[in-house]
Amino acid sequence: MSEHPIAARWRTLRAAGRRRAALIPYLTAGHPDPATSLAALQLVQAAGADFVEVGVPFSDPLADGPTIQRSTQAALDAGMTVPRVLELIGHAALGIPVVIMTYVNPVLAYGLERFVADAHAAGAAGLVLTDFPAGADPALEQLVLASPLALIRLIAPTTTPERLTRAVRGASGFLYLISRLGVTGARDRVPPDLAEHVARVRAASPLPLAVGFGISTPAQASATAQLADGVVVGSALVDALGSGGLPAAERLIKDLAAAVRGNGT
Amino acid sequence: MTDIRIATPGRFGPYGGRYVPETLMGALEELARVYEDATRDPRFWAELDALLKDYVGRPTPVTETPRLGAEVGSGVVVLLKREDLNHTGAHKINNTLGQVLLARRMGKRRIIAETGAGQHGVATATVCARFALECVVYMGEADMRRQRLNVYRMELMGAKVVPVTSGTKTLKDATNEALRDWVTNVTTTHYIIGSVVGPDPFPRLVRDFQSVIGREARAQVLERYGRLPRTVVACVGGGSNAMGIFTAFLADSTVELVGVEAAGEGLASGHHAASLARGRPGVFHGSLSYLLQNADGQVQPAHSVSAGLDYPGVGPEHAYLKDSGRVLYEAVTDRQALDAFAALSRLEGILPALESAHAVAWVMARRGHWHADDVVLINLSGRGDKDVAMVAELTGAAL
Repeated sequence: MSEHPIAARWRTLRAAGRRRAALIPYLTAGHPDPATSLAALQLVQAAGADFVEVGVPFSDPLADGPTIQRSTQAALDAGMTVPRVLELIGHAALGIPVVIMTYVNPVLAYGLERFVADAHAAGAAGLVLTDFPAGADPALEQLVLASPLALIRLIAPTTTPERLTRAVRGASGFLYLISRLGVTGARDRVPPDLAEHVARVRAASPLPLAVGFGISTPAQASATAQLADGVVVGSALVDALGSGGLPAAERLIKDLAAAVRGNGT
Repeated sequence: MTDIRIATPGRFGPYGGRYVPETLMGALEELARVYEDATRDPRFWAELDALLKDYVGRPTPVTETPRLGAEVGSGVVVLLKREDLNHTGAHKINNTLGQVLLARRMGKRRIIAETGAGQHGVATATVCARFALECVVYMGEADMRRQRLNVYRMELMGAKVVPVTSGTKTLKDATNEALRDWVTNVTTTHYIIGSVVGPDPFPRLVRDFQSVIGREARAQVLERYGRLPRTVVACVGGGSNAMGIFTAFLADSTVELVGVEAAGEGLASGHHAASLARGRPGVFHGSLSYLLQNADGQVQPAHSVSAGLDYPGVGPEHAYLKDSGRVLYEAVTDRQALDAFAALSRLEGILPALESAHAVAWVMARRGHWHADDVVLINLSGRGDKDVAMVAELTGAAL
């Protein structure tokens, strides 16, 4: 059996010799419009992203702050649907692993079995479902576990030790640690207790660990990269793309890439 | 064998569950645990019962409506369960009192809530004042305009009302904002959800706190008439007053149970809030239930003249009761509800909430369906004072 594309990517990153964290940008599919969104996916790869998270817009994103809310609404207004997101991923034909991030309902409406098959065919490698905690729906969970998509689990600061044990069972690709309580969105500082959370999760699983929620500047990315294997940047990138277009998004990605690799600001 | 109760907590058949961000799972587990402890603690129920009696005014009466009854059919006994006579004017306080006692057990000093018509917000602000807790209520901007009086009532009791400007600016978006607040402040805050919706354990917990309605009504009807009602009718938005009155009658197979959804401008118009009649199963606000959604799984805006029914989802136990056939779910239009609002005021001197007027409207539309001596029990879930200004505006009356 060939190596999973996400595992292969981590192996390459680690083979780079010195310790090097991955940059994982998030983009809402179809934001600010489908054509720019396609260009943005290709741009983040060229500018130094190691993975990319592609958000499937949902009308009621209850774990997202204002930036992602606005971007998903704009994408829906521009006519984005689940089939169009999959088309977009197919057209982008990226060399870096694509992780789809969304809520349960759009996937359920499409049909979960069909979704994992079609997402894989379009080139996606992993799936994060924001409102699908471990154990919430064993039947659906089994369908994802049996698919070629890695099931990427979110771990929160409030995740109890019992839940952590359960969540890492069946997780693959990497673990996604939510850096703080709250919704997505840029914040001023990296939380002081992040190192403690990272250590706790590391003790529970050998999987690579990405940290996200609230990381927006190269300085924050650099600080997070000292602790984690990967740094997820969402709202700040979506903001840059929305207000400054592709050039602003490219600048931000280049700065962040330099920061997580330890040779940036 | 796998323990199905652990594998699928809080399910009603396939419906319900806990589809929430991981951040909230600890709080839901804690709430379920604290609730379980409380239900086994006689002191908990003694305190709640005393508050329901002395603070809320329970038991609420069952009122016979001779003039409305005559319209419905000769000799038909139409009864109203008078939840409108509770302190704060609706059934909502049965639940907020129960949950505030749980919040106290958990040591949480900050309370948040969502509200549509404002009745749940008022009931939450009320118990927070009574127990000296910080209270923040999320309310859609559109609903704040429709229900200005309730906004002011909440503020008078010391609550902070936060306008919600996202999405449809109604109950669904207020619930999103309350959940976002909870994800951010979960360690200090309890979310008093206002209906039998949301992730487990909320649907069963809210049902249990509301089931006092049906327990009282069943005993009152039996005592006065020596028989059970032929039909029990309640409006359904999220569905808490309906679960509250239905639960006591679920095992009485001769009793027809009817939930009335808001058909808005008509089921065919697309502008309605009839999740059970026109929705299909989906995951929304933490549970699997019937949901108004498009083919792509995007939630569709609901419409109802009644802000309290203006919600695209519905409690998961209702989804189960619909599929099982135990409860019949029907829908009446804005127009029918407004007519029933006027009729009950004129015929009986009782102004119903526009939500409850939907249940009255369904009974009026069924005239001739019942025989003499049949008892028809309507849950009058709230009073209509809050709706008077809007009804006047809609009917062109000058105030």
